[in-house]
Amino acid sequence: MLYIKCPYCGLRAQKEFSYGGDATVKRPNINEEVSSEDWDNFVYMRKSPRGKHIELWQHIAGCRQWIKVQRDTATHEIFQTAKVTEEIR
Amino acid sequence: MQKYSVFSLIKNAFSNHQNWEVAWKDPTPKSEYDVVIIGGGGHGLATAYYLAKEHNIRNVAIIEKGWIGGGNVGRNTTIIRSNFMYDSNARFNEFGMDLWRNLSQELNFNVMFSPRGIINLAHSDAQMNAYARRGNSMRLNGIDAKLLDRDEVKKLIPMADFSDEVRFPIFGGLMQPSAGTARHDAVAWGYARQADDMGVDIIQHCEVTGFDVVNGKIKGIRTSRGDIKAKKVGLCVAGSTNILAEKLNMTLPIETHVLQACVSEPVKPLLDGVVTFGAGHFYISQSDKGEMVMGGDLDGYNSYAQRGNLPTIQHVLTGGLALFPFLSRLKMLRTWGGIMDMSMDGSPIIDKTHIEGLYLNCGWCYGGFKSTPVSGWTFAHTIAQDKVHELNSELRLNRFSTGHLLDEKGLGTKTWIG
Repeated sequence: MLYIKCPYCGLRAQKEFSYGGDATVKRPNINEEVSSEDWDNFVYMRKSPRGKHIELWQHIAGCRQWIKVQRDTATHEIFQTAKVTEEIR
Repeated sequence: MQKYSVFSLIKNAFSNHQNWEVAWKDPTPKSEYDVVIIGGGGHGLATAYYLAKEHNIRNVAIIEKGWIGGGNVGRNTTIIRSNFMYDSNARFNEFGMDLWRNLSQELNFNVMFSPRGIINLAHSDAQMNAYARRGNSMRLNGIDAKLLDRDEVKKLIPMADFSDEVRFPIFGGLMQPSAGTARHDAVAWGYARQADDMGVDIIQHCEVTGFDVVNGKIKGIRTSRGDIKAKKVGLCVAGSTNILAEKLNMTLPIETHVLQACVSEPVKPLLDGVVTFGAGHFYISQSDKGEMVMGGDLDGYNSYAQRGNLPTIQHVLTGGLALFPFLSRLKMLRTWGGIMDMSMDGSPIIDKTHIEGLYLNCGWCYGGFKSTPVSGWTFAHTIAQDKVHELNSELRLNRFSTGHLLDEKGLGTKTWIG
């Protein structure tokens, strides 16, 4: 079981959260011409690194907020969590 | 090479089985090969075998970081099927079924292919309609499919919960009688032994650390056991695809996730084929040893750990208990995990790349084992001829940008999120 520190609620069990994928992927700007390559990168292409990964989780059975989590994809160690509007470095 | 038969078994019994030939050698890597296959799993070994057998390319090396058959080919739940709806996936996997049927004879190694059938259960009228459509599509492609009603399912799996109180009653199911199981280790070992006999070097405990690419052309690879030149390089590394792609400055439509499976203690034979629960993440079969072999869904977050987390096992077995209440009285023997190369539409990629001489075989999601022979066969063709075969002509890397997705489940991208 992972234990994730929600920035709003504190340390909670993984079962309260649902996963939202890579948090570093940026949606192309709205109302601008988007090349198909940019769409491709946004919708399909993923680095999926082994090691530190910044990802989105939603505290679905808690405050329902989306949060950012920095986790190691090989050891599952969680280094840092933040509100979705904050940056993880 | 010593042929395996009942006579060789008897002969070797007299010497207490001490004098069997080694099944494959342990060579030191040469400085140059015509083709280097990275990844000594089922797909890599099959590719090397078909390169030698079908295309007479024998100056081939398989580079494996661990030991052959230690990855997903030894971690899957051994199910073989071709119950696909899309023409491309159906033709590809049905060709594979033909290879499976003859595999034990061809490899002179008993892979214990056992066509015992698979039943996908339906729990609503809508699901029955969807399965009727899938079954019709399969039959149009020459694959056997049988739509079963509730009573027919009850005859085949009477131990399932057919009572009135269940939350998801069984309406019926779709059966592919020719689907089945095989002994997964034997598949890896059988291919390895024959490939080795035809001159393929199987190099284990050798990690790929980099690639030599000059002017858009592959020249060789760098490994923990020295540099190896190669005219052509094929990647068959499943869950490690993104790690090697990063070394090549490539980004792929792939995420790596962990998938778990588990087995119970062995019991007497009670379940003939493979059964999938249509209302939750659960499927089950019984091994020849009597263990109930069970699996479900991904843990749900990017993972390179070849082990999983308990909540997922609990979730999967909750579904299992809803379908087969008798499971509550069985002890669990083992759980384990393997890392899956999840492609964004759920279908695999067997293709050339923008780097000349570099070929890609990945994106197998949960279903790589059943395609082991046909994956090797088509990948060998793609490498040897430098062009895709008709069978993998739709399993292209560029299908994501052109919009020709093979989203078999019709769930859109990243089917594992949600």
